Amino acid sequence: MQGFVPTATDGNMATEFHNLQELRHSASLANKIFIQRDYSEGTTCKFQTKFPSELESRIEWTLFEDTVKTLNNYYAEAEKIGGQSYLEGCLACATAYLIFLCMETRYEKVLKKIAKYIQEQNEKIYAPRGLLITDPIERGMRVIEICIYEDRGSSGSSSGSSSVSGSTAR
Amino acid sequence: MKNCEYQQIDPRALTVSPSSAQIHTVKKVQRLRRKWEVFPGKNRFLCDGRFILARQSGVLPLTLGLIIVTCCLFFAFDCPFLVEHLTVFIPVIGGMLFLFVTISLLRTSFTDPGILPRATPDEAADIEKQIDTSGSSTYRPPPRTKEILINQQVVKLKYCFTCKMFRPPRTSHCSLCDNCVERFDHHCPWVGNCVGKRNYRFFYSFIVSLSFLTSFIFGCVITHITLRKYSHSLSRSVCTILVICFFSIWSILGLSGFHTYLVASNLTTNEDIKGSWSSKRGTEDSGNPYSYNSIITNCCATLCGPMPPSLIDRRGFLPPDEAGPAASTSEIELPPFAAKNGTHMVG
Repeated sequence: MQGFVPTATDGNMATEFHNLQELRHSASLANKIFIQRDYSEGTTCKFQTKFPSELESRIEWTLFEDTVKTLNNYYAEAEKIGGQSYLEGCLACATAYLIFLCMETRYEKVLKKIAKYIQEQNEKIYAPRGLLITDPIERGMRVIEICIYEDRGSSGSSSGSSSVSGSTAR
Repeated sequence: MKNCEYQQIDPRALTVSPSSAQIHTVKKVQRLRRKWEVFPGKNRFLCDGRFILARQSGVLPLTLGLIIVTCCLFFAFDCPFLVEHLTVFIPVIGGMLFLFVTISLLRTSFTDPGILPRATPDEAADIEKQIDTSGSSTYRPPPRTKEILINQQVVKLKYCFTCKMFRPPRTSHCSLCDNCVERFDHHCPWVGNCVGKRNYRFFYSFIVSLSFLTSFIFGCVITHITLRKYSHSLSRSVCTILVICFFSIWSILGLSGFHTYLVASNLTTNEDIKGSWSSKRGTEDSGNPYSYNSIITNCCATLCGPMPPSLIDRRGFLPPDEAGPAASTSEIELPPFAAKNGTHMVG
């Protein structure tokens, strides 16, 4: 697992991001797992916190559960119906919805926060363990896709491009 | 084998071979394709992916035409008289209503209604793995459903064979647009688009403001006629307006009333028509699990709730390796050139 974080001596964000890119392009993809949505409370965006068996050997369940719960909280904050959302809605209606062309909605602001959070989690927790979380917005908010990369024993020359087709893992 | 020889003497190869290297580089620096260009649903995109419309735009031009013609006739023939005899606010109110109606209509037509992108191949394979199939080859796969609990009520989720995923609750697949749409209400031909989660509030404000506009114009025209004391010779413009308004009022007012009922009970047209939550099956299964059990909360949640983002990312760029195969089908360029040329020669 050391091979995935090749000596980030200065430890700044640029180096760590570069490591994530290397992870995507040079490591070989072993498996992809999908965390599905939890609809028990209606159509609000919430993901299941059940710990998938494929991750048992890779990461502690508390870390995983923490990530998913924080994401769920972010989405709940975005979709909360309360004073601020009513104000936004009424203002939008009064301006014939033209205000959406100039103003960023609260949902979009929270989505940016989520993207930043996911990148941070990837860099600090998931990439060192050979995992990568994809932002749910890129999958239509249906699933959290977690890519599992093969555990490289020694840091040598990696084999070519990562084959994305799932059939290789089956 | 023979293909290679033929390739060398092919006149097409001769004409392009001096610049073949240039074509390669040109292809590489060709603009990256945007995601809307390879969108699988039956939609039309305008202004480089900024606006989305159903491929069958239905009678949207007719709707726009009717509204504009009626309002123009009203402003041209009734307003001068009424301004003189009543008040100057009549064209002002009429103008504001007309603007609101037109903007709402355009927003409804050109906004993504809440289309769900199709499942990626990996996701589809994962779902297939989880579905408990008997393994025997069937000539027709059984309908796949999954039951979940929403607010202690059992809801069935259906599998969409086109989009290769289990549809989230309240999502339906529109056959006209060939897309799964979240909180699908109906496909409106007057508006030329589906009405779903993201544009329902625009649609509702369109029909409510249109009711006000038609009632206002109808009232003004009747006032005009009464004040002028026309007995037998009604001008053609007044007749046109009267006829259009009379027929639209009943249908538009009725539709607004129906949708107000739907908003107050947090239902969609689709659910109402299918009777998903009607109490015909007994007391246990009835009841809408999405309703907040308060009319005001339902209205506020549906109309003033947060505006969800578009999930299909129309203007995002495709990664170059994905754009390659898609581009080669549309242009007969070099990467499959050898194979294609070979088949031409041989076949």
